[in-house]
Amino acid sequence: MSKLTLRTEGDTHIIVTRRFAAPPEAVYRAHTDPQLIRKWLLGPDGWTMPVCINEARPGGKIRYEWTDGKGGGFFLTGEYIELVPFSRIVHVERMHLPDPTPDNYVETTFRRDGRGTLMMMRMTLPDAVTRAAMLKTGMERGMEDSYARLEAMM
Amino acid sequence: MQDLDAAFSALADPTRRAILARLALGEATVMELAAPFALTQPAISRHLKVLEGAGLILRRAEGTKRPCRLAPDGITAIDQWLGVLRQSLAKNYDRLDRVLAAMTSKKRKDDP
Repeated sequence: MSKLTLRTEGDTHIIVTRRFAAPPEAVYRAHTDPQLIRKWLLGPDGWTMPVCINEARPGGKIRYEWTDGKGGGFFLTGEYIELVPFSRIVHVERMHLPDPTPDNYVETTFRRDGRGTLMMMRMTLPDAVTRAAMLKTGMERGMEDSYARLEAMM
Repeated sequence: MQDLDAAFSALADPTRRAILARLALGEATVMELAAPFALTQPAISRHLKVLEGAGLILRRAEGTKRPCRLAPDGITAIDQWLGVLRQSLAKNYDRLDRVLAAMTSKKRKDDP
């Protein structure tokens, strides 16, 4: 199973791909069913999502609230723009920390790939500055951290 | 906490990120920082001013030199902001693998 890839496109896009050993129907459902979302969309170990609102229809609201159980927490809000069952989700989201971060416009596609699914997530940030900051200091190092942790687990 | 917007725009420049990477190794003078770059000392000084204004570095006076070092508070603030993003992706998808495995095995069991 190939792991996550991350690359930039143009000035404001970030492309993430990930392969899953399950059909697109299952992967799509895991992205739109609150009971499933709160099992995996949790970030670092030890965090939980006590509030998970996910209205999977155009115009539907998204609200995720996370807590570390030690008084730390933040939330994300967003809106669905378009959904094509099992193959495509378009939504916009922002973090509240507590001030809102710039809107992140996200298009997620699920494509059947053999017996599994190739997911591609294309994020569009409002400007190069936001993206550069997110990428350079955040994600790249984050990937390394995560891989290191993964290796430590194996 | 300092202005995160200022911190992020400071980080948008590759030279400034390289300067921060160098400072992660320890304190350095303007001359030391200018060495690896094809830039003049005044140009480096301008970058340092931006980083200092964004709360990402601290400078102290030592004679005529003003050595720079990372500002732990500034870096921590950005780290916390991005720590969420950073860890969520790879970590989340490893978790999603397990959710999907449970979904598909349950489905197989449910199938006649």
